[in-house]
Amino acid sequence: MGDINTAMTEQYRNNFLKEVEANVEEGQWVKMCMQCGVCSGSCPLGPAWEHPPQEIFMMIRAGRRDEVLKSESMWMCTSCYNCIVRCPRELPITHIMHGLANYAHRLGLAPKMNPTRRFAKMFWNNLTKSGRVNEIELSVGLYFMDGFKTGIARAWAMKDIGIGMLKTGRLNPFGFVTHKGCKDKKGIHKMLKKAREIEDRRKGFAA
Amino acid sequence: MARKEYSFYPGCSSERLTSASNYMVSVEAMCKKLDVQLNEIPDWNCCGASIGYAEGGELPRHVMNARNLAISEQVNKGQDVVATCAACWLGAKETKDRLAEDKGLLAETNEALREAGMNLQYKGEQEVRHMVEVLIEDLGYDELKKPVVKSLEGIKFAGYVGCQTNRPFGIAGESFENPKYLDKLVEMVGGEPVEKYDQKVTCCGGALAFSEPEKSQAQIKKIIESAYDHGADMIVTPCPVCQMNVEVYQGQINKRYGTKFNIPVAYYSQLMAVAYGASAKEAGLNGQIIRAPRLEEIAAKAAR
Repeated sequence: MGDINTAMTEQYRNNFLKEVEANVEEGQWVKMCMQCGVCSGSCPLGPAWEHPPQEIFMMIRAGRRDEVLKSESMWMCTSCYNCIVRCPRELPITHIMHGLANYAHRLGLAPKMNPTRRFAKMFWNNLTKSGRVNEIELSVGLYFMDGFKTGIARAWAMKDIGIGMLKTGRLNPFGFVTHKGCKDKKGIHKMLKKAREIEDRRKGFAA
Repeated sequence: MARKEYSFYPGCSSERLTSASNYMVSVEAMCKKLDVQLNEIPDWNCCGASIGYAEGGELPRHVMNARNLAISEQVNKGQDVVATCAACWLGAKETKDRLAEDKGLLAETNEALREAGMNLQYKGEQEVRHMVEVLIEDLGYDELKKPVVKSLEGIKFAGYVGCQTNRPFGIAGESFENPKYLDKLVEMVGGEPVEKYDQKVTCCGGALAFSEPEKSQAQIKKIIESAYDHGADMIVTPCPVCQMNVEVYQGQINKRYGTKFNIPVAYYSQLMAVAYGASAKEAGLNGQIIRAPRLEEIAAKAAR
């Protein structure tokens, strides 16, 4: 991962905007931001962003690569799409934030302990394993993310919810064993491997 | 033959013993009464949902959605794809839009799709629609009202539309800031909608309810508080994540904030199923963690 980061820094030296345009989903829109701030004001988690979207856009143009990519900010996106529908220039802001978070994660620069980054990774691995989400495995995995002791404490704090879900038939206690997922798991895995290869090639991530 | 037929994308949370299995149960009851047939896309997979982007990236996410759509094109020919889950709908529709405008991405998607079984190729032939769209646009409020045999009179509902059923696509003719369709559906079944529910399109935190519980629960508190402030007996929503977040964290919010929240949160389809004469079980009401006694009473009564 570190090697890709070095390669990208070399290739796009002093031009972070060009790097974002080339490698970040919908990054070509960044230059269109007119700094009105409607996105920042519309974000439900606005106050939790160290740098709200409007600032992120300006920082990209100012070449503040490390500050942007190492930021917790993009990880605050709840995917509510408020910014997208309100942006007067119709920038796909939600997708750009997702793209930046994904890029930072790929380069190994995203904050290691950010809970959404960790949960998102766990979520994708969960859903791709069988093609469908295994909810019990996902929730137990989330509680025990930081080890056994913390896991027990978290599970205990959440026990009322868990019991409620079990009692109402909305959680499968045997899901670890009985979850089936898709029939064509092999095909899905091959397909995803190919997709990743193509994307890495296009974005210059391939070795 | 049924009046309408659709290619159905149920999604992970609709399976038996999952978080929105009660939604699915009620959708089945509702569609049966409306004579709408849902043909499940065989071997459908997850859409990637709203946080799949972080590890999945761009192309793998689109490929996952394209696989469902390609199977649908092959098996459920000539039918529109319908999703009941907001995230499934959004993910699939986003992929359809993106592949329609980017031929390069489309070619890459099909290159990856060839690796999967079933000899798939995505062509982009079918529309991707939300169940609510289908109800309103293909059937219309008048038709939807016809099977009503019980009125939900006397129950006041806060119509919580949330995010992803509403943005970025939304339902045609509705505004992003104050969509009215959920209130209209409530009125249609005889209930009373909260006219000025100011948290109607507020975000519940989505997937961040798991990873950033404090921040998310602050959002959920606003959504519930406003429902109480406006005298609502219940909250109604079209989204599985909204339903779960707003219902199941009430106990935790009470602990955190000293509130006494205990308000039922149902799906529009549960309201409709009950109004159409379904039993509490057929309407999935046994799936509510916070029971909805008034809906259960009506469901138990004989139809007029």
